[in-house]
Amino acid sequence: MRVIYLALIPFLALAACSNPGGGFGGGPLGGGSSWDDSSANAEDQSDPTSQGFFETSVGNQVLFDVDEFTLNTASKVALDIQAQWLMDNPGYVIIVEGHADEQGTREYNLALGFRRAQSVQEYLVARGVSGLRLKTRSYGKERPLEICSAERCYAKNRRAVTLLTAGLS
Amino acid sequence: MRLIYFGILAIGMWVSPALSQNGPLKIEITDGVIEPLTFAVPIFEAENIEAAAIATEISRIVATDLISSGLFREIPANRFIAQRITFAEAVRYPDWRAINAQALVTASVSTTNTGRLTVKFRIFDIFSGVQLGSGMQLGGSTQAVRRMAHKVADQVYERITGEGPYFDSKIVFVSESGPKDKRLKRLAIMDFDGENVQFLTGNENIVLAPRISTDGKQVLYTSWESGFPQIYLLNVGTAGRKRLPTPDSGMAFSPRFSPDRKRIVYSFEQGGNSDIYLMDLATARSARMTSSPSIDTAPSFSPDGRQIVFESDRSGSQQIYTMPVSGGTPNRISFGNGRYGTPVWSPRGDLIAFTKQSNGRFGIGVMRTDGSEERLLSASFLDEGPTWSPNGRVIMFARETQGAKGAPSLYSVDITGRNLRALTLRAPASDPSWGPVQR
Repeated sequence: MRVIYLALIPFLALAACSNPGGGFGGGPLGGGSSWDDSSANAEDQSDPTSQGFFETSVGNQVLFDVDEFTLNTASKVALDIQAQWLMDNPGYVIIVEGHADEQGTREYNLALGFRRAQSVQEYLVARGVSGLRLKTRSYGKERPLEICSAERCYAKNRRAVTLLTAGLS
Repeated sequence: MRLIYFGILAIGMWVSPALSQNGPLKIEITDGVIEPLTFAVPIFEAENIEAAAIATEISRIVATDLISSGLFREIPANRFIAQRITFAEAVRYPDWRAINAQALVTASVSTTNTGRLTVKFRIFDIFSGVQLGSGMQLGGSTQAVRRMAHKVADQVYERITGEGPYFDSKIVFVSESGPKDKRLKRLAIMDFDGENVQFLTGNENIVLAPRISTDGKQVLYTSWESGFPQIYLLNVGTAGRKRLPTPDSGMAFSPRFSPDRKRIVYSFEQGGNSDIYLMDLATARSARMTSSPSIDTAPSFSPDGRQIVFESDRSGSQQIYTMPVSGGTPNRISFGNGRYGTPVWSPRGDLIAFTKQSNGRFGIGVMRTDGSEERLLSASFLDEGPTWSPNGRVIMFARETQGAKGAPSLYSVDITGRNLRALTLRAPASDPSWGPVQR
């Protein structure tokens, strides 16, 4: 098992470069997880099968262009890595959360978040993750990661986050 | 005297109801109001000593309501010629003409030790030298002073403008607190003027876009209570709520009642795609109204219940469409530059209000139901989510300020685009939904 993750590390570095913000949300709401999902602690992160490792080392989010829900190249690279890890760790149930920046009406952004979450779900399934493990939801513009009203924040808020819960054993 | 009871208040004709209500004192408020009508509201007379404070309060609320419409301007009391104005005495028209008061409202207020409150009032057209319509009497509880005042103001407004009333109405909205990335939201209800705020839910789940029913008794809204956005129905009187039956295979949001409250129209997401659905509340059966791979959302009924208006990006960008409730092909009505969302049909049926995005800014606008005569009424960093006053004369919406400390607050504007006003509330607020005039 360990060998696989060592092999992935070069890719992770690449993904981090081309996908700023990906995997390093930080904080309990980092990665846009809802308040009821506890984030993993530091000890947890050293275990390569842990939720914390997935969030911080594999990377649990992808970003989207303005008003877009199709996956760009950087997102696909990041999701390839996510998919591999998720298949190696089949004990987790997955919720993909779609988010939008604040430049849009509430209802539209909610629907856009659904589309983004669905794009990620479909990609993960196409890469071999079982659809039975996956659910989606949208928060629209209700849970921004960054709070400034400028493109540098908007770019990080247009995201889909892959959340894990230990559901299947 | 005939009294008609409505809820906590009773209204009745006080003088013989034969006089015309169509005197010359009438504001024509289409596009061309230039000068607000001037009025005087002397402190109402108290018939008993216990009623004095209430009489003062009611007269001030009546004046404040009228001013808030943008159609009236108050002549302050320090310009009054008569020092003592009693309800029983004949009106001295020259005294009011001299200070250019076009309308005068006089009233007397009495209370009983059983908590009964009575207001008798008259409206005068000063320059014609006549009483406008018959005198009126309102009866209610001393616990409902503000409502009594709003009812009096509604009568004055209605008789002078010829428009329907709207002051004695409630607005449901989302009260917000906390930082932008962890914002807490809860449903609340208040009087039209921002007073008397009461919470309807806690803030443990995100709640969005409450929509009040045409009788003001129920609210539809979207909540993450189950972990996923779904539609809930809340009883305003009891604050009891239930999730409406939609499949767990998708997410339901953006609901609104039909005018007869028997059906709701909403968005349902499945496989990433959002379409418009219609649910019969009695049978809990839903029927799909649109099927396109686009985002179809924010549906709203026409006041006759026969059509819906909604937004769709099927053309490549957010635009407004209408279609019959019975089904058919959606008809695009918005064609200007920019994106159009959250359309809401006016209660008078003549206009559709919307949120428009263009050049990086947001504004509230109105257009006729065929999309013609589009007019923008507001613009800012982020204005969104219009709701109509019960008389179709005023639009309320949320305006959010930009930046890390940005927060929303509620604004209203007359449909002419005049009289933009911020509502004063203690906490940030969004997603207003204006209820009916109370009975």
